[in-house]
Amino acid sequence: MMRHLISAADLTRDDAVQILDTAEEMARVADRPIKKLPTLRGRTICNLFFEDSTRTRISFEAAEKRLSADVINFAAKGSSVSKGESLKDTAQTLEAMGVDAVVIRHGASGAPYRLATSGWIDAPVINAGDGTHQHPTQALLDAFTMRRRLVGRDAGLGQDLAGKRITLVGDVLHSRVARSNVDLLHTLGAEVTLVAPPTLVPVGVETWPCDVSYDLDSVLPKSDAVMMLRVQRERMNAAFFPTEREYSRRYGLDGERMAKMPEHAIVMHPGPMVRGMEITAEVADSDRCTVVEQVANGVSVRMAVLYLLLGGNESAVSHTRTEESK
Amino acid sequence: MSKILIRGAKVLGGEAQDVLIDGETIAEVGTGLSAEGATVIEADGQILLPGLVDLHTHLREPGREDSETVLTGTRAAASGGYTAVFAMANTHPVADTAGVVEQVWRLGKESGYCDVQPIGAVTVGLEGKKLAELGAMHDSAAGVTVFSDDGKCVDDAVIMRRALEYVKAFGGVVAQHAQEPRLTEGAQMNEGIVSAELGLGGWPAVAEESIIARDVLLAEHVGSRVHICHLSTAGSVEIVRWAKSRGIDVTAEVTPHHLLLTDELVRSYNPVYKVNPPLRTEKDVLALREALADGTIDIVATDHAPHPHEDKDCEWAAAAMGMVGLETALSVVQQTMVETGLLDWAGVAERMSFAPARIGAADGHGRPVSAGEPANLTLVDPAYRGVVDPADFASRSRNTPYEGRELPGRVTHTFLRGRATVVDGKLA
Repeated sequence: MMRHLISAADLTRDDAVQILDTAEEMARVADRPIKKLPTLRGRTICNLFFEDSTRTRISFEAAEKRLSADVINFAAKGSSVSKGESLKDTAQTLEAMGVDAVVIRHGASGAPYRLATSGWIDAPVINAGDGTHQHPTQALLDAFTMRRRLVGRDAGLGQDLAGKRITLVGDVLHSRVARSNVDLLHTLGAEVTLVAPPTLVPVGVETWPCDVSYDLDSVLPKSDAVMMLRVQRERMNAAFFPTEREYSRRYGLDGERMAKMPEHAIVMHPGPMVRGMEITAEVADSDRCTVVEQVANGVSVRMAVLYLLLGGNESAVSHTRTEESK
Repeated sequence: MSKILIRGAKVLGGEAQDVLIDGETIAEVGTGLSAEGATVIEADGQILLPGLVDLHTHLREPGREDSETVLTGTRAAASGGYTAVFAMANTHPVADTAGVVEQVWRLGKESGYCDVQPIGAVTVGLEGKKLAELGAMHDSAAGVTVFSDDGKCVDDAVIMRRALEYVKAFGGVVAQHAQEPRLTEGAQMNEGIVSAELGLGGWPAVAEESIIARDVLLAEHVGSRVHICHLSTAGSVEIVRWAKSRGIDVTAEVTPHHLLLTDELVRSYNPVYKVNPPLRTEKDVLALREALADGTIDIVATDHAPHPHEDKDCEWAAAAMGMVGLETALSVVQQTMVETGLLDWAGVAERMSFAPARIGAADGHGRPVSAGEPANLTLVDPAYRGVVDPADFASRSRNTPYEGRELPGRVTHTFLRGRATVVDGKLA
């Protein structure tokens, strides 16, 4: 296993499958009355959040606490950072306080990479989303959700997503979720199609290991999973598309469109959803929509990542049993 | 008066000759010259060039003396073989008045390491709205002939047209930083395959090319000459080539880093590679080299842009744009142009001394290496191989993209009007 988790592109197929399998073990912990493992007892993890993100921060925090780590939450707003302190000084300050790992969310693409590779600190770095670059634990939880739904909870162990057809719809240009998912899903053997208006597809996409389509309706019947990406309100005044309504008509997922998908196909969304924009309430609240599952799976996957990066080589299962025997 | 005899130097890469300097001028060029009363420098087959001229240097003074001063910048220039530099106007305060350009000019005189020719801003405060007093800057002691808002584009077509027209009255030239501002909002690197992967805001080639296309047409329309700063794309090359074929009076420069480095380096997220215009692709690099060789691009200019350590020791988006370049320019040109067979040393002299001096009307610089000319000379050892160590720089800043990289060639001696500013590779 690697020392840091910066990009989904850094994971091999075996790394990724190992994380997903470990996450299944972790998920069992959540079904118990006492949702806690002693694995990271005495270790301190800092959640260093330079960008507001309640759900990702809480998900990491829950994962860390279930592994018995001590958790420090650092939000840039109102801190020394807002007074002009640099990323380097902030990180070194935290490390001097004895932090064993840093989970970082930053608005600048590449900030976690810089933190991990510039010699500023020694601690492992986990990318919790950087700019429009990567969000690897999101891609892992999405893959985990797909494997459970499309392959099976037990049947999926040791398996990848070979041959599954995954469609990502929306603002690909500004989406770290899209980049991470394209990388990871490709590694896991899935066939990925991006659907977006041409204005929201990056120049240079031609080298990505996926197809690109501008026509959602033609792609839906050939999809095992459709992931809707959030369209941020600020895009609406920047000529990426004429109006919110036109975007919805062409790229939004409503009940009528969902009916074009195969019976078994699922609808995913990384949240937070903009209901009525990229997804209607009918779809969001349907059984095929995995949004709430994705949130639960996020905790399991982040536990698996933290465990594998920090917990050494013992298997997760043996720890589980130790806890049970007490 | 002191005499210096440079013995056995290949003048512009030609046959080995002796060059006798007497006082401020070249007294004699020939073979077997008498060394009587002269300090002898054994060139031993090194290349003798006219002192290099940089049409695009940021000396940062006044305002950002933490990154460079006129003194440290001119010491860096001398180390790199330069005898004249043109100092860009984007200082604090901006060099948009006779007072500021005279201050920079005077500081250059006092430094003694190389001549400093201030560039004046085209518009007040580089804001692109109102012409600065171009005539007053020209008439000042600094005698400004090159005007540029470099760092910012003169994007208003009417302002650009008026500036091009106005400076004709005194033989001035506008040097355009070609960057369409709307197309480059939030731009962090070249827009393409690498930016798509890295999730960094794209700086599309068309933002440069569209401004160059507009400006060569404006120059044609009003019968003015225009100079294009740091041309960086294959498409820009095509436009300038077309313009020259039409007889439009356009000149263009390329930086050493755009001749060598590509946007693949940005994958490191190391801001030492962050520069404006950004590093482009291999295809662009090859087109720029070819254009410099065939004369479509007239000159090499460094765009030496010093920044303090903290402005680069951070995440990419927060970092300043720019690279130092004075002390590595000739080595990069040797590697990319001479050792590839694209240019001989006479071609290097044309592009790094004669032509920039002509474009900027730098008196006494870019002159032939012959008797009676000012002794502004640079002696280069092309056989030298060394690894770039920023700690060796004379510049106050260290933001070089070449740290740890082996580059060929070394300036062993630089002479400014007969006075050695560099001796045996060290500042005198």
